[in-house]
Amino acid sequence: MSSTTVSNPKTKYEPKMGVATREAYGQALVELGKVNPNVIVLDADLAKSTFSATFEKAYPDRFFTVGIAEANMVGIASGLALAGKLPFASSFAVFICDKGMDQLRVGAAYPNVNAKFVGSHGGISIGEDGPSQQSVEDYALMCALPGFVVLSPSDEFCARALVHRMAEHVGPAYMRTGRPKTAIIYGPDDKFEIGKAKQHGDGRDVAIIACGLEVSYSLEAQALLAAEGINVRVLDMHTIKPVDEAAVAKAAEECGAIVTAEEHLLDGGLGSQVARAVGKSRPVPMEFVGINNTYAESATPEQLMEKYGLTAPHIVKAVKAVLKRKGR
Amino acid sequence: MSTTADVSAAPRIESITDFKRLANRLRIDIIKMIGTAGSGHPGGSLSEVELLTALYFRVMRHNPKDPAWPDRDRFILSKGHGCPALYAVMAEAGYIDKSAMNTLRKMGSPFQGHPDRRFFPAIEANTGSLGQGLSMGIGMALAAKLDKKDWHTFVMIGDGESQEGQNWEAAMFAPYHKLQNLTLIVDYNHIQLDGFVKDILDISPLVEKFEAFGWRTLAIDGHDFNQVIPALETARSAKDGKPTCIVANTVKGKGVSFMENTAKWHGVAPNPEQVAAAVAELEAAAKKL
Repeated sequence: MSSTTVSNPKTKYEPKMGVATREAYGQALVELGKVNPNVIVLDADLAKSTFSATFEKAYPDRFFTVGIAEANMVGIASGLALAGKLPFASSFAVFICDKGMDQLRVGAAYPNVNAKFVGSHGGISIGEDGPSQQSVEDYALMCALPGFVVLSPSDEFCARALVHRMAEHVGPAYMRTGRPKTAIIYGPDDKFEIGKAKQHGDGRDVAIIACGLEVSYSLEAQALLAAEGINVRVLDMHTIKPVDEAAVAKAAEECGAIVTAEEHLLDGGLGSQVARAVGKSRPVPMEFVGINNTYAESATPEQLMEKYGLTAPHIVKAVKAVLKRKGR
Repeated sequence: MSTTADVSAAPRIESITDFKRLANRLRIDIIKMIGTAGSGHPGGSLSEVELLTALYFRVMRHNPKDPAWPDRDRFILSKGHGCPALYAVMAEAGYIDKSAMNTLRKMGSPFQGHPDRRFFPAIEANTGSLGQGLSMGIGMALAAKLDKKDWHTFVMIGDGESQEGQNWEAAMFAPYHKLQNLTLIVDYNHIQLDGFVKDILDISPLVEKFEAFGWRTLAIDGHDFNQVIPALETARSAKDGKPTCIVANTVKGKGVSFMENTAKWHGVAPNPEQVAAAVAELEAAAKKL
């Protein structure tokens, strides 16, 4: 097995735990609200869960709960944006994307309005509430809307920064946030740009390209693999669309094999975006970590992530599988 | 053009007779436009002519030479398939050269098959998927209220369109948030694509439904300018916190005898002979005005 030089490869991954990305969203909204009087926040009776309630406490006059009516909420966001406001509408990812899809399409994407949408409780790591609340298709749905920026931050610092970037970006944007507390990967001084991946390590055996919670699992996999002498790099692809094609091409060129990891169905998400970028630049073998053509169930988040193949050992397995195909 | 608060920038028609003459002429424009396009929705365009004419030539505060004027009133045609009437009215008002009417539904035309801001920026909202305009109008009215501005938002839906559930999410929201700066106009022409509304999914009693949701309701004859103009002016000057719903009783295909009161002309373009017959009938009617 080939291995390239890496200065002091870490063989242990022991991150500190921070707050959930949804909590960081609430904090960032308050920061935005302070400097921009045009920021209006909408929620559909899940403000305490999405953490838009943090904004409500600070700026009650600029917060509207629309009741349990996601389609109306998305339409109101479009109208606010058309009248010059900067609306952020939030709900659970599964409700805002799935119930609001036609409104996101006709009211936001098609006229390309400057409205922002944030879906919390993305993926199956919400645990016990089960499939009706677990968004496993939001990346695919939102990537299918022309002009939309689609974001999935990996930790609180990434989330906070990206809320600011999506406010600065002119045009429709979607961010998925998560329910569980996340490992701290970054610090307050780390800079994030829409469409620019963050690289962790410079291993050349395989590149793991991940987003959201899977970045932390990938860093854990990176350490497990390093202990076996396999040196991988991890790309935090927090922007699923537009995907960082240059970073993908570089990873393909330098590593010759790619594994993608996402807390989402294998159809239409990060893996699809990366595969297209790989196909356009430097075709290399790929393996895909994600949820395989099924809904999940009720259980603890940890049990679900394990059962549906999203934890570090599964990523390790995918890395080893792609290594076998590399350079054939 | 510089933005201005000069209300007189809006075109204004004074006499009811002049309004009737214009409505008749616009119907001819609509028939010719759809005939030339070879596809489109004449029935629901003809039913909304008086309502749109009264908005753009009397009630709304707007400036066709400055469509981006921040303090303009907004109009959203939620029943987007009725856009030929809106295009005819906006062209007449001076938003765009009338020659655009020859390009309806053609590649690159400002007059797309359903209203599209990307091609005609004076359009306030993209519509065509029914049930969405009222929510967007609420967003606009909310923005005006937050900014303490006195511009008004008008939204028109069809009667069949009121079957869409999103309307009722929105209908709950507007009175609760006291959006007196919002007016919903229902073009109640009694017919939807597949037939009579009462035979498909009856929506009556519509006035009572909106009353119960907390709206001020006004039931009018949507073809009688003597009722249309006062109703719209009452709505625009509301000060009691209530949004207004104007339920306008209309005739699908109004003004063209063979198009009136039939679902057949919901979404079919007249052929050249039918265009000629319709225009002849409208021109004859004009002589009596």
